[in-house]
Amino acid sequence: MNPAKNRALALHEDGVRLESPLVNEPPPDDSTDEGPGLVETPHALAVGMVFLESDGDEAILRVPYRKDLVGDPDTGVLHGGVITAALDHVCGAACKKLDLPPEQSQIATLDLRIDYMRSAVAGRDLTVAARCTRQTRTIAFMRGVAWDDDRNDPVATCTGTFMLGSTLPPKDA
Amino acid sequence: MEILKQLQKIDGKPDLESLPDLLPYARFMGFEVDIKGNEVTARMPYKRDLIGNARLPALHGGTIGALLEWTAVVQLLFDTECARLPKTIGITVNYLRSGRPVDTFARALVSKHGRRVANVQVFAWQDDRDRPIASANGNFLLQPA
Repeated sequence: MNPAKNRALALHEDGVRLESPLVNEPPPDDSTDEGPGLVETPHALAVGMVFLESDGDEAILRVPYRKDLVGDPDTGVLHGGVITAALDHVCGAACKKLDLPPEQSQIATLDLRIDYMRSAVAGRDLTVAARCTRQTRTIAFMRGVAWDDDRNDPVATCTGTFMLGSTLPPKDA
Repeated sequence: MEILKQLQKIDGKPDLESLPDLLPYARFMGFEVDIKGNEVTARMPYKRDLIGNARLPALHGGTIGALLEWTAVVQLLFDTECARLPKTIGITVNYLRSGRPVDTFARALVSKHGRRVANVQVFAWQDDRDRPIASANGNFLLQPA
């Protein structure tokens, strides 16, 4: 049993549920779910992402260091793909924090640019945060940052654009 | 022991098809490398752990970005003599189509490489190579042999 599954919280398309008891989000509308209960994001669970409490419009999550996520065993540092996945996920979560009407709640990443400022340090957990800097009717412009020890000395920064209310193909297409 | 030294040589080129066995994250993601002549193709076989949106269903954008980055690095290892794995300086990923729960393939093209920096373009597809699901371009820091 993946221990992260106990702590990691599902990203539901009706909003992000945080561990904080201060969050007053309504429970997800189970009548629209096709699976048992909450919609989950398997990749986020597989990587071990855990959402952290945050105020305002920022979403934050942590990826605990794990040896099977290492890119180069000579350095022991987490692979860039972990950073990409974490930043993409936290940007999506920050989009969900926007006050979106139902027709805009299905979001999709358009692009994501990641700049690697410095190598992460082996053994350290990765924390990522993102917020929306500009929201239009159809697009959300996001900015994110990834760090291990010190947010002011980031491992990576990112900018991304997300489409709000994307018309994705039906399931059986 | 340095990772790249562990790779056997085949016709003077490192046996990159064995590279995923040596990198924990590549094993975690299930990445594969297929080399035919001088054509390098990376493959990310579908598994449920790659899903980002179970309702649609669609692959997690991070897995596609990771595949693109991986493919760029493998292509650089094939094209240049590297002592260590290239390091990503910056990468931009364009998400063109939803990734369905099937295998994903990717190919990269090194647009330009100097001694220290290389620029690589990558694209990923599933059923139809002419309908890519994502593309990327990135700059990588080389650590030449």
